[in-house]
Amino acid sequence: MKPRIAVLTRALATAAALLCLAAASDPSERLPDPAQESRARALFQEIRCVVCQNESIDDSDADLAGDLRRMVREEVAAGRTDAQIRTGLVDRYGEFVLLKPRFSWTNAALWTAPFLVVILGGVALLVATRRSRQVQPAALTPEEEARLARLTDNTVPPVDEITSKGRP
Amino acid sequence: MIAELGAFALLLALCLSAAQAGLSAAGRGLNSPLLRGAGEGAAAAAFGAVAIAFAALTVAFVTSDFSVANVAANSHTDKPLLYKVAGVWGSHEGSLLLWCLCLTGFGAAVALLGRGLPAGLKSLTVASQGALGVLFLAFAVFASNPFLRLDPAPLQGRSLNPLLQDPALAFHPPFLYGGYVGFSIVFSFAIAALIEGRVDAAWARWVRPWTLAAWSLLTVGIALGAFWAYYELGWGGWWFWDPVENASFMPWLVGAALLHSAIVTEKRGALPGWTVFLALAAFTFSMLGAFLVRSGVLTSVHAFAVDPARGVLLLGILGVAAGAGFALFAWRAPSFAPGGVFAPVSRESTLVLNNVFLSAATATVLLGTLYPLIVEAVRGDAVSVGAPYFNLTFVPLIAAALVILPAGPLLAWKRGDLKGVLQRLWAAAGLALLASVAAYALYDPKKAFAALGVGLGVWLIAGALVEVAERAKLGRVSGAEAWRRLKGLPRGAWGMTLAHVGLGVFVLGACTETAWKVEAAETLALGQTMRAGAYELKLEQASSVDGPNYLAERGVLVATKGGREVCRPEPERRFYPAGRQTTSEVALCFRGLSDLYVVLGERRATEAGEPAWLVRAYWNPWARLIFLGPLLMAIGGAISLSDRRLRLAAVRKAAPAAKVEAAA
Repeated sequence: MKPRIAVLTRALATAAALLCLAAASDPSERLPDPAQESRARALFQEIRCVVCQNESIDDSDADLAGDLRRMVREEVAAGRTDAQIRTGLVDRYGEFVLLKPRFSWTNAALWTAPFLVVILGGVALLVATRRSRQVQPAALTPEEEARLARLTDNTVPPVDEITSKGRP
Repeated sequence: MIAELGAFALLLALCLSAAQAGLSAAGRGLNSPLLRGAGEGAAAAAFGAVAIAFAALTVAFVTSDFSVANVAANSHTDKPLLYKVAGVWGSHEGSLLLWCLCLTGFGAAVALLGRGLPAGLKSLTVASQGALGVLFLAFAVFASNPFLRLDPAPLQGRSLNPLLQDPALAFHPPFLYGGYVGFSIVFSFAIAALIEGRVDAAWARWVRPWTLAAWSLLTVGIALGAFWAYYELGWGGWWFWDPVENASFMPWLVGAALLHSAIVTEKRGALPGWTVFLALAAFTFSMLGAFLVRSGVLTSVHAFAVDPARGVLLLGILGVAAGAGFALFAWRAPSFAPGGVFAPVSRESTLVLNNVFLSAATATVLLGTLYPLIVEAVRGDAVSVGAPYFNLTFVPLIAAALVILPAGPLLAWKRGDLKGVLQRLWAAAGLALLASVAAYALYDPKKAFAALGVGLGVWLIAGALVEVAERAKLGRVSGAEAWRRLKGLPRGAWGMTLAHVGLGVFVLGACTETAWKVEAAETLALGQTMRAGAYELKLEQASSVDGPNYLAERGVLVATKGGREVCRPEPERRFYPAGRQTTSEVALCFRGLSDLYVVLGERRATEAGEPAWLVRAYWNPWARLIFLGPLLMAIGGAISLSDRRLRLAAVRKAAPAAKVEAAA
């Protein structure tokens, strides 16, 4: 029994790097001041672990992510602002390190396109309603009027109408 | 022997698909019932042949035939039977075979079940599906054959990635692929309609059940994947805006838009071009998703079967199929009559607005996913687009769509009465406001946006219920009469209500869990305690355990709330020797709709040298709703599918748009 536990423990230790966890919550890394710690955690979620497969440094337990967390925590503790910390990271690793692309002219298309699509769609709908207001549909026949009145007064037609006459 | 049979069946399926495409198209061109029938027969036979190939691969996995390279790479004799079977679709080759099985299956379903379809439309649909089958089966046979042999055969396999050895993930791919590939038949219907030059109410009605089936399967598939991520990856996240997740989400969004625009085309004869465009787009996004996931052009946390060389081939297939489809669209669609009259306040206008927001949301996900590739190609820079971007763009867009949602079903076609609708919705609005205020006041810390989200969830649920009550004239007629009316409601109406309620349930869960989850992590020696939210956790024991194909450390904890024991979480940390990988087996304590989520981390030592373990615990309020919501949506889809009127429509020719009444 004993040797197997030893094997297991060693195996777990060597393979640990593959496991992804909310690594940043590790109590051994935490800052003593809770306000500073929560600021650091919020920043971690916007910073990419640049050697990982699309993970933030908040999630990754890669060595580099650990180093970046230590660096960011030190800077938070030293009283630097979020913007200063981000700029420092971009200077070292490029924009790739930011999971939230910056609001800049080069990224204008990225940030505005979603809302442009809505505006375009809204304009198209407006044009369609304008156009159709000019083309009035033919007036209803008296028979259709009567049927319409029956239907609008009674949004659910009786069951027999659905089954027998409802579907021509 | 069994592998050779499979390889032969796969090749046969390729030939049969080619026959299906050729015979059906010729049957349409020459107007020959004989050729059309032969094409349909070929469609059924192609499905049969792929099914044989699939069964052969399954047998190879179950019997651990390691002379088959794919089995050797993805299976192991110690694996439980469920995961041996799930291993069939756990690899690139196997999942492509599953894709082909679904593709030919949908083709056969239309050939065999579509008795009421006009002969020309049906033949062209079957032909188009056959052409898609040729593309994907050729890829399977020549570039991704799962039946290649190894000589000499290894004694043991390399096993499936242990993260994938999980019940939710075993069933995730079949549902997901059912959805992805279900859109292929919708694509084929669109191609057929474009060639025939007719997109009318009847066409929209025929397409809707297939869209509904594909969308419901995709909903279940995505929800299973999210649930798996939630409890298997070990940090309680369920959606990361990862490229692979986005790849599955885009066809879902387009499918949802298509479901709604097809209603407008069916009831009002309007938007024929847009509906056909969405029908083409849904499967295009499915193929784009397959390419993004399989090629590895985007780095992802869950890329499991990546192969760049074959990714290029998938891109080629995508280019050929989507290119042909959209070229046909550009050529034929301008001839469609715009059709339909639009009043600014009407049900069709809200449905169009829904489409505007869903399209914008899809465009956002697409742009965010591909932006790093675009920037790299244009500027040569590497940039990242992660969760913060999507939270700032996608979330407000979809929230706007959800705010107008409850008004849609209450508005009449053609000319709606907005004032009347708002009067009927005041109770729902009041409840939503109350819920927002309560969430803001009661939850700690105070979060205004999340509280609004809670209100939005309540708004959706209450709005959907108001709509049912309106249909039954609840409170305005006698109880018995209201009951009679409720029973008389078509299943399609119930399906819609359930799907909209499910959306509200999801929004409630997602906002609550995201905003107010509590995280705690401590290094605990035996007998030590920690707090997570209102709960106290004590580490009682830690022991080693032998699994069928893994070794594990198991912690036994006792969770108490206010001194009373509520559960005993037993999280594990597993080591799989076959792949030399570690996974964590999360312990979940169900507390009503919420979860207490406990993870056993690495072993450490206390300062005194005693053994201690890193324990992470999360309190995830209303997490259950995140997965219940999509389930309700999928059940709503299934109930709609069972509506007699959809099946009747397949037999009898549906009416021209103008005459269809407001019953649905």
